[in-house]
Amino acid sequence: MLTLVADWFTYVLLRMPQGTVLSSAVQFFVYDIIKIYLLLAGVIFAVGLLQTWLPPETIKGVLARHSRLMSHVLASLMGAVAPFCSCSAVPMFIGFVESGVPLGVTMTFLIASPMITPSGVALLWGLFGARIAILYVAFGLVISIVSGLVIGHLHLERWVEDYVYQTKVGEQSATTLSLQERLRAGWNYVREIFRRVAPWVAAGVAIGAFIHGYAPADLLVRYAGRDNPLAVLVAVLIGIPLYSNAEGVIPIVQALWAKGLPLGTALAFMMAVTGLSLPESLILRRVLKPKLLATFIGIVGVSIIIVGYLFNAVM
Amino acid sequence: MHIEILGSGCARCHSLEANVHKALQLLGKEAQVTAVTDMAQIMAYGVLSMPALVVDGKVLASGRVLSPEEVKRALVNAGI
Repeated sequence: MLTLVADWFTYVLLRMPQGTVLSSAVQFFVYDIIKIYLLLAGVIFAVGLLQTWLPPETIKGVLARHSRLMSHVLASLMGAVAPFCSCSAVPMFIGFVESGVPLGVTMTFLIASPMITPSGVALLWGLFGARIAILYVAFGLVISIVSGLVIGHLHLERWVEDYVYQTKVGEQSATTLSLQERLRAGWNYVREIFRRVAPWVAAGVAIGAFIHGYAPADLLVRYAGRDNPLAVLVAVLIGIPLYSNAEGVIPIVQALWAKGLPLGTALAFMMAVTGLSLPESLILRRVLKPKLLATFIGIVGVSIIIVGYLFNAVM
Repeated sequence: MHIEILGSGCARCHSLEANVHKALQLLGKEAQVTAVTDMAQIMAYGVLSMPALVVDGKVLASGRVLSPEEVKRALVNAGI
């Protein structure tokens, strides 16, 4: 179906000759962009709908009630579903800690939330396939759980900014919504994310299509292939400052992967882009003392690197 | 009537604020609109997801950027 649309657009509407590098790049771009936009809309709508049943005010109550390991698992799952807005990170942190959610569990939530987003998962699904999207989500969950468990185990509560424990959190019962309001919330979530990521996605897919068409296949294998032991480390270090364009980065990584970049290196790079970022770190600095912030970045970074090497070794 | 927008000055918070102004225009009403960025004040409302819309001390929505239409409806329901 989509191939027909892409073919028609390229060869009939634009009247491009078949079989040239440029026309196949255009056909590729049109096909990918339609498929990805449809997936984005579908996944974001579903998650946006799900979110209406799981506001953070409800989540913190759930997390304060369970055993340690169970709380970590729930925190990572809920973090994956919860919308990540950098503006909510601080109030969520204070609210969680204040209502008795352990520090480690709170960190699990804050690690999973930006790393696993509906737009990221939809892009991975559309570009890499369902299997790799599931692997990414699974490893994102594992990294958030393990990192949170480690931080919890180290008992770093004294490295949380003191005012966090002094802040009084008011009681707020979650508002109940009608089904119509929930559907509207899901639809608004689609519009909101689309407006933000659509241009980046288009740019990323366009660059990806260009790489597919023009970049020599052995270029990356030579520099960032399996034989280069530093590749994962370098990829993670490059990924950390690239946060704001995560959605544009994924299509480019997919093109590099198709040109021989090992999957573990590609996934580690994407996790570093989303999970660790400068703006997020600056925001978390408001509630975490520098030592705890550095510990957090170190633990998450090391986990991502381990997953990257593991992937490269196994697959 | 006193409308407060809770948030830490992020893009979503600004768009909610803009939509509140549009809603007030649609209603032909005037109100004092304040952007609250002080964390202690925000936390006192018990809201965890930003941005949040507070009217006369009552939380009407949190974690969502309401459209001007939705703000209008929320304000009417709140009895303005």
